[in-house]
Amino acid sequence: MEEGKVFSQSVQQSAAAYAIIHEKFGAAVSAFDANETMPFFEVLDARLWRDIALFMRDHAKLKFNYMACITGMDYQAEEKLGIVCNLESLSLFNHKLAVKVKCDRDGGFIPSVACVWHTANWHEREAYDMFGMLFTGHPDFRRILCPDDWEGFPLRKDYKVQESYHGIKVPY
Amino acid sequence: MQELDTAGLGSIRVTRKNDHTVVIEKDLATEQMVLAMGPQHPSTHGVLKLECLTDGEVITQAEPFLGYLHRCFEKCCENVDYPAIVPYTDRLDYLAGMNSEFAYALTVEKLLDIEIPRRVEFIRVIVAELNRIASHLVAIGTYGIDLGAFTPFLFCFRDREIILGLLEWASGARMLYNYIWIGGLAYDVPSDFLKRVGEFVTYFRPKAVELCNLLTKNEIFVKRTMGIGIMPAEVAINYGWSGPMLRGSGVKWDLRRNDPYSVYPELDFNVPVPDGKLSVVGDCLSRHLVRAFEMEESLKIIEQCISKMPATEGFNPRSAIPKRIRPKAGEVYGRAENPRGELGFYILSDGKSTKPLRCKARSSCFVNLSAMKDLSKGQLLPDLVAIIGSIDIVLGEVDR
Amino acid sequence: MTSTALSQFSIPFLMGSSLNVWSEALAGFNLFGLPLGLVILAAIPLVFIALYSLTYGVYGERKISAFMQDRLGPMEVGKWGILQTIADILKLLQKEDVVPTSADKFLFVVGPGILFVGSFLAYAVLPFSPAFIGASLNVGLFYAIGIVALEVVGILAAGWGSNNKWSLYGAVRSVAQIVSYEIPAAIALLCGAMMAGTLDMQKIIAIQSGSLGFAHFFLFQNPIAWLPFLIYFIASLAEVNRAPFDIPEAESELVAGYFTEYSGMKFAVIFLAEYGSMFMVSAIISIVFLGGWNSPLPNIGPIALNDLTNGPVWGAFWIIMKGFFFIFVQMWLRWTLPRLRVDQLMYLCWKVLTPFAFVSFVLTAIWEVYVP
Repeated sequence: MEEGKVFSQSVQQSAAAYAIIHEKFGAAVSAFDANETMPFFEVLDARLWRDIALFMRDHAKLKFNYMACITGMDYQAEEKLGIVCNLESLSLFNHKLAVKVKCDRDGGFIPSVACVWHTANWHEREAYDMFGMLFTGHPDFRRILCPDDWEGFPLRKDYKVQESYHGIKVPY
Repeated sequence: MQELDTAGLGSIRVTRKNDHTVVIEKDLATEQMVLAMGPQHPSTHGVLKLECLTDGEVITQAEPFLGYLHRCFEKCCENVDYPAIVPYTDRLDYLAGMNSEFAYALTVEKLLDIEIPRRVEFIRVIVAELNRIASHLVAIGTYGIDLGAFTPFLFCFRDREIILGLLEWASGARMLYNYIWIGGLAYDVPSDFLKRVGEFVTYFRPKAVELCNLLTKNEIFVKRTMGIGIMPAEVAINYGWSGPMLRGSGVKWDLRRNDPYSVYPELDFNVPVPDGKLSVVGDCLSRHLVRAFEMEESLKIIEQCISKMPATEGFNPRSAIPKRIRPKAGEVYGRAENPRGELGFYILSDGKSTKPLRCKARSSCFVNLSAMKDLSKGQLLPDLVAIIGSIDIVLGEVDR
Repeated sequence: MTSTALSQFSIPFLMGSSLNVWSEALAGFNLFGLPLGLVILAAIPLVFIALYSLTYGVYGERKISAFMQDRLGPMEVGKWGILQTIADILKLLQKEDVVPTSADKFLFVVGPGILFVGSFLAYAVLPFSPAFIGASLNVGLFYAIGIVALEVVGILAAGWGSNNKWSLYGAVRSVAQIVSYEIPAAIALLCGAMMAGTLDMQKIIAIQSGSLGFAHFFLFQNPIAWLPFLIYFIASLAEVNRAPFDIPEAESELVAGYFTEYSGMKFAVIFLAEYGSMFMVSAIISIVFLGGWNSPLPNIGPIALNDLTNGPVWGAFWIIMKGFFFIFVQMWLRWTLPRLRVDQLMYLCWKVLTPFAFVSFVLTAIWEVYVP
């Protein structure tokens, strides 16, 4: 945490939770980004993400049992795709923490955490549908909102919509 | 005795009587039928498609297919300014537009870090709670229809009509309001609005009980919903359920209480959770009951807001709205308690643009619905309808 | 029928006797040796039913449901929307007669026909007044119970022929339901037949007539009769697929059940058949338990209300009113109750209604034998 800045209680709780994770995984996780709107840390070694997730869910002092959201991201400047997971220990410790995981823009993959939190199942499918990163170990990996034969990943910054879909003109 | 492969061929039993005699019995071959429930089906509450594998009336597997109402909300958001997203949020959960706007406004305000006038906060809470009642009325009414009781639906709509009238009076629209703006409101409420809302509260309080009893005191209704689609609390949390669904599983979790925002900390209300007396905790009836009881709590909130609201002459609800909404670089995850659960917005701002770099709506229905596959396993077809109804999905929010 | 001085001057009675004269004259009218008059005579109830189905049945259902639901119902066509049903029929007539490409054409077309015929064949034995009955069979009640089963064939043909999974579900449910519920229904009606000692509809009603009016009805004749009465009423709801037993056409589960694929006139025919059988079961319950065309009004001392209100035309009035009353109750239930589940429906039939029907059967037998 930055010096001389007083953070609210919830950010301090998040920092305490991060400290436990950092202690266990060390260099695999980035430094804690303390901010009032969404305190987070980044998983630097994406291959460890599932282990970190399991650790976060099951550790007696963490108990992040509730995954609020997975947001797919396109970090165009860094040539990366990523996800932002908002985790919370619902009705136990009530601390919140966001986790970022990044992967390569082309053919990058992230371990799926659908086996850790059921919520991740559909959210990862949605992230794949919109951004095209792969989730390894996902139980039911398909597109979810777009049709299966849709071309491209709509929420990527460089997305160009296809000309026609089954003979239907797409851009109006 | 030995059971052989049963995939679609009927089971084959091989019994060895002795060394010379082997009895082979083969059952009548039965096939499972694929039943496409939806996207045009009366009880999928919109354009949800469930591909069911059925063995007679029993559903062995039901796989939801989404996306029929996908309107690229997130893509739209990246191409318009922050205030212009508000009307889009109305169209997420179109039965509770005020609540969606509220959640979005809260999120951006968190990023902007601005102070909201107190009167605005109270008005926001009043309209959001009114909309919550309206939304629950639809949920309860349509649930009745799902189970074959048509009449409660129209009673619910009769009362919802009054709420829509009130909201129309305040905002100018009946469902898609564009009323709660970032940093303020589109307009102040009309001068007699609070009086009329007060009248509505007194009118509706006995009606809420009546509507609740109309279904929950009905033997057939209870038989159809009690013990159906039970979701244990642990699993519900793991599935990311929120709102009445999670409370129906017995978890006392309400964002208005547990992660308070706006003026909710000042208000006194209960978070109804099934106690197992009227229903089995976690079943369809519990979820229905939670919604029914929540209406009463919303009425309480509205009443308190009316009495606590600061009256200001010549009040300008747009006074705190920044001239140009351009948040500092950063990201935020903000959320609010929607009638259907936690509606969250993740917004990433680069600090330069007046458009968000990324705006993701975490819709409660989407998450609640993801449990459908597990909930429906081994249920009867009518129970499947009861379960979908109790999840109370709005496809506008599921598909965004 | 004792005709007092007063009743001879009562207009309905006069009308009634003149009607008898007409009908006898009409029955004797043979054109080129063909009994044309008889055919016309037999067609009268059908015309009545068609009219009733069109005007009262559909319009009534819509209005009754509207009033129960705090709304107005049809108001546009004609005063209070009375012509709405005619407009609907005109619309249905103009609609294209769609047969799905993958449907079994023969079954698809024949299904509604069988359904219609099945539900209207029973009208042959319904006595509409002391002077009018289509066919006075000595096994009338038995025939009425039996012929209704023909509907099952129509439903199955419609459901299977549509080649639609929802239709098939509806048809299979419907067949299971109707066949099951025939058992308690038939046993409950047998109790009535036992009290009457005959299966002839006219005789069953004649036995229930008397100067005390309603007190002669089987429902009030012995303390057990309410049990078969209730059982038959519940079972009849299931037999005509009305709520809370409307699972074959459960719109929230099966879209529209066995008639999902039907539109236009075929749909109207199915609809007509449904309203036809609604009236049919209502008429049967009023014949067996509530005295059919007998007036429920008693003679009170010198005021011979019962005598005044009996006769061929009054009889028609009473049986139709009784039928309408039960139809009203059916509608009332439909717009009040949720729908049962399939297994609950079968539970109710086999584990509740059937045993109780047997109990009431035995009790009625004991009553009839030991209590004079």
